[in-house]
Amino acid sequence: MSHNTLLVFELTILVLAIFLGFEVISKVPTLLHTPLMSGTNAIHGIVVVGAMVVLGAPHKDTFDWIVGFLAVVLGSANVVGGFVVTDRMLEMFKKREPAAERPVRDSGQVEEALGSREIPPTSDSTT
Amino acid sequence: MSTNLANLLYLIPIVSFILALRFLSNPAHARRGNQIGAVGMLVAVVVTWIRIGTTSWWAIAVGMLIGGAFGAVAARRVKMTAMPQMVALFNGVGGGAAALIALAEVHRILPEPGAPKVDISLAIVLSALIGAISFSGSMVAFAKLQELIGGRPITYPGQQFVNAAILVIAAASGVALVSGVQDESLLWALVGSALLFGVLFVLPIGGADMPVVISLLNAFTGLAVAASGFELENNVLIVAGMLVGASGTLLTMMMGRAMNRSIANVLFGAFGQVSEAAVAAASSDGGSVRSASAEDVAVMLAYAHKVVFVPGYGLAVAQAQHDVRQLADLLEAKGVEVTYAIHPVAGRMPGHMNVLLAEANVPYPQLKEMDEANPEFSRTDVAVIVGANDVVNPDARNNQGSPIYGMPILNVDQANAVVVLKRSMNPGFAGIENPLFYNPKTVMLFGDAKDSVTKLIADLKSL
Repeated sequence: MSHNTLLVFELTILVLAIFLGFEVISKVPTLLHTPLMSGTNAIHGIVVVGAMVVLGAPHKDTFDWIVGFLAVVLGSANVVGGFVVTDRMLEMFKKREPAAERPVRDSGQVEEALGSREIPPTSDSTT
Repeated sequence: MSTNLANLLYLIPIVSFILALRFLSNPAHARRGNQIGAVGMLVAVVVTWIRIGTTSWWAIAVGMLIGGAFGAVAARRVKMTAMPQMVALFNGVGGGAAALIALAEVHRILPEPGAPKVDISLAIVLSALIGAISFSGSMVAFAKLQELIGGRPITYPGQQFVNAAILVIAAASGVALVSGVQDESLLWALVGSALLFGVLFVLPIGGADMPVVISLLNAFTGLAVAASGFELENNVLIVAGMLVGASGTLLTMMMGRAMNRSIANVLFGAFGQVSEAAVAAASSDGGSVRSASAEDVAVMLAYAHKVVFVPGYGLAVAQAQHDVRQLADLLEAKGVEVTYAIHPVAGRMPGHMNVLLAEANVPYPQLKEMDEANPEFSRTDVAVIVGANDVVNPDARNNQGSPIYGMPILNVDQANAVVVLKRSMNPGFAGIENPLFYNPKTVMLFGDAKDSVTKLIADLKSL
């Protein structure tokens, strides 16, 4: 593919990505603003792929290598940290049974012992 | 692995990132979404690894181990309350990585005969510029939230002029590079001034506005990554970066709207009158009020563990006690612990609230008197004020000049979040300002208490 053809193709997916980005989060409750910010933060950790390419390419001198290496370090910190922080935030949205009203049943206790992580009981329909 | 095959496989991370964003915007699936995103990221890394082949694979492995270990340990160790600054930190390093990629590319390309293509050098300039601003700006945001430096806006005369001048230097270096001047030092000048600009741009913004700023810088890093994608001709960087750039921009605007402030007001609000009155702004005057929609409040309530209702005269006027009871039942069905905090002078007569709530068949053990209720607020997720005002006014505790100073109050400001149901911003019975309404933890749900509660019930049911 010639360089110009590639460029046109890249610009096309860029524009589509802009609209898609707006579209997918067009209605978010305030409650989720911080986790969503953190989640998108993890996604731009994809920069680590670029850093890998740079470090993996034949390098000219030590400077080139060091800069590429640093980019890989920073990029992977972004990826791992981003996803872990987001997961910890979202863990808080887990529901607990009300202690007072829970009937004492064996099954309930087994569930708890297994550490079941229940997703909040919300209907699937997007509101 | 051929480029075509790699690009084909990159569709997996692209799709998973889109799903991740989609799922993240709904509380029920948010965690699943994040996990899908993480799996997609893993696929992207593995595909890239195979594509690169064996050249310097050990350097990549060591680099990823160091960065990944730092990220994992920092993210695991951090306290829940320190999450925003962690996001800032990880956002900053992402931006830094984009800027470093640009540096490495220029260093590798430049002495070649013939200038690089205009679009490539434009992408290099953009990723270096935006990445560097995002890096240093996020670091300042991190330092502010971590209280390494003061959270107060830092201002000085001519600030805007200095910032503009620095940005002009960066832009000029960028234009020179794009127009074909082959000098690596130009990129250094660009990165240096962009770093400085990032610092100076975030310094004047107050600590309370940091989440909005981090969200904006997050969108910046996304843009920088997309630019890196053009530089390296890599689809997954372009799509993922731009997704974050676009959704991050929208998210920033939504956060601003939720705080009832425009983005311009957040970014440049510290200039002008606030800089002179910085101390005065710390008191109740000049704060802004955040209003929320019933839908937002419903979600907040549904995902709380403990909710305390604080009824006042407004509840009596609107005759909303039955609706409040219904709302409480719905919340309890969802597993939320619900109690009512009754101030002795709430309403117009002693026990006014107890009577009304008893009428609505609220179980008596759920009604807490002030002395019993106050120690509970610090472990309350959401305090819902239904038509009460003076009995929750923190001035009674803090402000000696206030007419109600010394009156015992319900310490709702100790709860994690406060929702105030109120008809308008008119001061209450005693006619005094209530700093609770300007508290950053507080959101206002304007309207008649009965109508608001009915809306909450409807939204909660459809959730």
